[in-house]
Amino acid sequence: MDVAAALRLEPEDGGKALAPEAAIEINGLSLSFDTADGPVQALSNVTLRIRRGDFVSFIGPSGCGKTTLLRAVADLETPTSGSIRVNGLTPANARANRAYGYVFQAPALYPWRTVARNIALPLEIMGFGKAEREARVAKGLELVNLSGFGAKYPWQLSGGMQQRASIARALSFDPDLLLMDEPFGALDEIVRDMLNQQLLRLWEVTGKTVLFVTHSIPEAVFLSTHIVVMSPRPGRVYDVIECNFPRDRQLEIRETPEFITVANRVRHGLREGHSYDG
Amino acid sequence: MKSALPITTVVLSILAIWYLAAALMNAPLQRDQFANSGHADYSTRELVAASLNMERPKLPAPHQVASELYKLVFATPPTSKRSLVYHGAITLEETLIGFAVGSALGIGLAVLIVSMRWLDRSMMPWIVASQTVPIIALAPMIVVILNQFNVTGIAPKAAIAAYLCFFPVTVGMVKGFRSPDPLQLDLMRTYSATRAQTFLKLRSPASAPFFFASMKIGAAAALVGAVVAEVTKSEDGGLGARLLAGSYYGQTVQIWAALFAAAALSAALVGLIGVVGRIAQRRMAFAS
Repeated sequence: MDVAAALRLEPEDGGKALAPEAAIEINGLSLSFDTADGPVQALSNVTLRIRRGDFVSFIGPSGCGKTTLLRAVADLETPTSGSIRVNGLTPANARANRAYGYVFQAPALYPWRTVARNIALPLEIMGFGKAEREARVAKGLELVNLSGFGAKYPWQLSGGMQQRASIARALSFDPDLLLMDEPFGALDEIVRDMLNQQLLRLWEVTGKTVLFVTHSIPEAVFLSTHIVVMSPRPGRVYDVIECNFPRDRQLEIRETPEFITVANRVRHGLREGHSYDG
Repeated sequence: MKSALPITTVVLSILAIWYLAAALMNAPLQRDQFANSGHADYSTRELVAASLNMERPKLPAPHQVASELYKLVFATPPTSKRSLVYHGAITLEETLIGFAVGSALGIGLAVLIVSMRWLDRSMMPWIVASQTVPIIALAPMIVVILNQFNVTGIAPKAAIAAYLCFFPVTVGMVKGFRSPDPLQLDLMRTYSATRAQTFLKLRSPASAPFFFASMKIGAAAALVGAVVAEVTKSEDGGLGARLLAGSYYGQTVQIWAALFAAAALSAALVGLIGVVGRIAQRRMAFAS
C-alpha cells in the first residue's frame, strides 16, 4: 500500500514537475510517543513523495497521525525511525533555513501586538530591516484581504480574519512550503468556503507547496491536487487520491459529478480505513 | 457609584466591631480606674465613654487613632522625632531600596530558572527554604553580620526588605515567563528563534500581567521587611522603631497610629504600582 502510494504521487510524465527534486520525501516514517500508559504508535511506516507546487491534503479521523505527520515535517516532533527530506534537507536543517511557514489550528497571534506587528514577528526574528518589514507586511495584508486592519489588535478581529492574519504571518518571509494544520476547523461553513477560495487563489498566485490537514471531505477535494487518506491506530497512509480539477476552480465544481466521484472515493477510503474499529 | 454602598457597609461594620471590641476590652481597666479614684456611682454610658477615651487603653478606639495620626502627621513638624512623616520617610527609603534590589534579584532568578531547567530543581528548594525561616529571627542576625562588615544605617534594613521581597517576585515571574501556551512557543520554534529571541519577544511580554502582580506583592513584602528590621535596630528610627517605642511605654495609641501609617504607606505603594500597571497594560492592549 505504502509503495503504491509513493508511486502514485510520482509525476506521470516526469517533465511536469517544477523542480528536479521533490519538495518533500518521506520514507518508512514511524513515530511513537511515550505516555504514562506506555508507548503510543502515532505513525507507522509512512512513505510519501510530494512534488513542488502541489496542494496535498491529509484527511482522516482523529488519532490517525495527520497532525503528527505535519509536525514531523516541521521538525516539531522527532521521528522514531524512517526519514524525511524537505527540499532535500533534514527537517531540522529545513527549519533552520526557514523553508516553511506553519499555520496552526488556532491563529496564535500575540495579543500584545497589532496585526501588522504580528505579521512582522517572523521578519523581526529573521533580521529583516525596518523598510523591508513594512513593505512585506503591507504585501501580506493585501494578500489575505486585510489591508486597513494592520493597526488593529487581534481581539478586534473576527476568527476568520485572525486566521487570515496568521496565514499572512506564515507567508511573510516567503517560504517555499506552507504547512497548515486544520486552519479553518474552528470557523463556520460560510467563512470556511470564503477562506477556501481565497486560499486557492493565494496558492495559484504564490505557487507554494501546501500541506493541508483537514477533517472535511469537501474542503480536501475542493482544495487539493492530491488527497492523502489516513487511518488510525497506528496512523498510516491508506490511500492517495489524485484530484485533477483546474487550478482556478470555483466553488460550483462541488456540484459536478467528477467532484462527487472523488469525494465518494475519499469517503469510501475513510470508511474502509476505519472498518476494524467497530 | 454602585460600588460605594458595599464599601461603606464594610467600613462601617469594621468600625462598629472595633468600637464594640474597644469598649469591651477597656471597660474592666476603666472600672478599676474609677474604683481607685473613688468614683463609685457611674452609669454604663459614662463607663463606655471613658473606656473609649483612655490614655493607655488596651485597644484604642478608632477616633483616638485618627486624632493621634492627624497630630503626628500634620500637626507635628516633619523634622521632629515624634513626627510620623519623619519616621515614614525613613521606612519608605529602606522599603524602596529593598524593593528595587529585591525585585531585580527576583526577576534575575526567574530568568535563570526559566532559561536553565536544571536550576529549577537545584535552586527552587533553597529559595523556598529561605522563606520558611521566620524573618523576625533572621533579621537581628543579618543586622549583626552586616554590622561586622561595617554595613550600617539603612543598608541592613534594605537588605532585609529585599530578602522578603525577592521571593514572591521570583515565583510570580517564573510563572509569568512560563505562561505562553505551547502553540505560541511552537510558533517561535518554526521560525528557528533563539532562546534569547523567544524570551524577548514572547516570554517577557506575556509575563506583563504577572509582573505587575508580583511587583505589588513584592512592594508590600519589602515594607514588612523594613518595619521588622527597624524593630530589631530601633535607634535609627522608622515606623518599626515607633512600634517598639510605643510598646516600651505602653503607648497603645502611638502603636496603632504607627501601624496605620505603615498600612497607608503600603497601600499607597501597591496602589501606585496598580496605576502604572493599568497604564502599561492598556498601552500593550491587553485590556479589551
